[in-house]
Amino acid sequence: MVEGKGAWRRRRVLAGMMGGAAALATPAIGRAAPSGKPVRVGGTLSLTGFLAQTAVIHKISAEIMVEEINGRNGFLGRPVEYVLLDDQSKPEVARSLYEKLITVDKVDLIQGPYATAPILAAMGVAQRYGKVMIQSSMGIPKLQTYDRAFPATPFGSEPNVTYPNVILDCLATFPTPPRTMAILTSKFPSAQFMALGMKEQAEKRGVKVPLYLEYESGNRDFGAMAARVKEGNADFLWVGSLGLESNLLLEALRKLDYRPKNHFHLYPAPGPLAVSPDGDKALCSTFLEPDEPFMSRPGMKRLAAEFKEKATKANLPYTTIDAQACGMAAEWQILEAAVNGAGSLDDAKIAAWLKKNKVTTVYGPTRFDGPYNHGDAAQLIKQVQNKEWKVVWPKEFAAPGVKLIAS
Amino acid sequence: MPSATLLGQALISGVLAGGLYGLLAMGLSLSWGLLRLVNLSHFALAFLAAYLVYELGTSYHVAPWWSAAMIVPAMFGIGVAQHWLFDKFRVNELASLLITFSFAVILEVGIQLYWTADFRRYETEYSTKSIKAGAFFIPVLDLTLCIVAGLLAWGTWLWLRRTYVGKALRAAAEDPGIAAAYGVDHKRLAYLLSGIGAGYAGIAGTFIALIATLAPAEIWAYLGVVFAVVIIGRLGNPLGALLAGLLIGASESLAMAVLAPAWAPVVSFSVLIVILLWDPEWL
Repeated sequence: MVEGKGAWRRRRVLAGMMGGAAALATPAIGRAAPSGKPVRVGGTLSLTGFLAQTAVIHKISAEIMVEEINGRNGFLGRPVEYVLLDDQSKPEVARSLYEKLITVDKVDLIQGPYATAPILAAMGVAQRYGKVMIQSSMGIPKLQTYDRAFPATPFGSEPNVTYPNVILDCLATFPTPPRTMAILTSKFPSAQFMALGMKEQAEKRGVKVPLYLEYESGNRDFGAMAARVKEGNADFLWVGSLGLESNLLLEALRKLDYRPKNHFHLYPAPGPLAVSPDGDKALCSTFLEPDEPFMSRPGMKRLAAEFKEKATKANLPYTTIDAQACGMAAEWQILEAAVNGAGSLDDAKIAAWLKKNKVTTVYGPTRFDGPYNHGDAAQLIKQVQNKEWKVVWPKEFAAPGVKLIAS
Repeated sequence: MPSATLLGQALISGVLAGGLYGLLAMGLSLSWGLLRLVNLSHFALAFLAAYLVYELGTSYHVAPWWSAAMIVPAMFGIGVAQHWLFDKFRVNELASLLITFSFAVILEVGIQLYWTADFRRYETEYSTKSIKAGAFFIPVLDLTLCIVAGLLAWGTWLWLRRTYVGKALRAAAEDPGIAAAYGVDHKRLAYLLSGIGAGYAGIAGTFIALIATLAPAEIWAYLGVVFAVVIIGRLGNPLGALLAGLLIGASESLAMAVLAPAWAPVVSFSVLIVILLWDPEWL
């Protein structure tokens, strides 16, 4: 993924044609071309296997970011090369590949893999060799105990407490706030972790949870669970789903002629749920969406446009940039800021710099001086409205003219 | 205590889900029982068919039954071609596991290259249609799947029991030498059976496209439960495969309704172990 000189010149000419305002968001202008021996950044993503659906989004984001960084000044004036390997969605493969990246390929730096289990596997290797590892998709922050591991996503250190309370705050603004909640969750560790948090926080705030069900990740038949949800008929349905599980559950409910009054989905496939006839008014957490005020953040418009172009080329069914894609973008923004800030490729210096400084990413200013190197939580709530996801809560982050709709 | 409505609805849902297990198990059971080939690529062929139905439906607006009319014969051809390879390289039962696993992996990678690893969902107007029967709802597509699976199982069972070709296939599976002495050309019949098995994968794939989520890794999602179904239903017995599928589906669903959804995967293998230990004569 190292940029050729010709490609870089083309970008400079194009960049030079842009006006002064665009220059603020196009840091390539006026910089020297990176040159010399590339800085090799190794990492794995789950390009095959059951996590591949989301990892491909991270890959596209990483490609865009590496091109952008090389379009600026690279790392310390040297071009950046991303050495990407496929961990097949298997933690044990991730562990071996990070060992290989560090000891055989001798990469200068590493980036984290995708999803909690591969991240934990890679973190052990990173710790053994003292490498800084930035990741954007570890759903259980308290497991990030290595002091040179940094989160790129603003989960906060206790998302099992903060996430549910953002949801409950949001629900409290309904004309009739829910008094009962049904919780269904995949046993996928990060989903289960959040579901238990949701149950605990809901009960603390006086919302009864008469139905709490856990199902195996990859469950094929939602018929019986749908029957239990229908029978329970709670005011609110919280689903700790991954991928299309939400769609399958909602379809199973519709087959029983039942629509949940209001419903939240943890990690759904965003596109399919938004366009599904059952997805209307579905709620979900996010950190940003391709709307204002987020699109005004530096570089965000360009990132969204490039993502759409590459995702379309890669034949992805959902080509709109979302919080997942931005996670990987934030990883590279943090690494770039830390390397240039520390003025070194030395992992100890990079880690020390990160602990003392904030980095402004697509998610906004991010700090790393809290528990488990986490900073503030920045969860928002989005809702499907007219087959599109719109941020609805907190109100100050809602897209212009968009309001939370309660059923 | 779950209500009668909940139990009844869970039973309906489970039996209908079991229809797909049975349909997927049929081709595998025939191949394993009568050809002594454990064809793991059966699952990949079913998903290839599912992706083709999805592609034809979403890109060219071809109705799924027309897609099936094109895809099932093509699958039959693939099954015949696959058997030609097995025959040419004298693949035995054990080697077939490894070779067909390799086929499945190659098909999985091919599917991922073309359709990407992202989830695909074929939404149709009848995806969520149900028939109301008293307090219960019967999903139309799942019911259709069950009826098709039932007809195929019954028809195949009769074909194996009542026709010369069927009897010859069973005889050759029992003792190829003696069957050959009676003039049974096992090799030619094996091509036919292999094609039929792959054709069944095509039919299963059509329904998978309509009722399930498509992702390349989902190829392996049915492996465990369908293997249990094949063993419970007895090798080479299409009717047994279907009944075992319905049994497992119903058991899983009732476990979800009465106990917890997380118990469902335990049920299929528990039923398998109980039946293997019990070994009832009627099975």
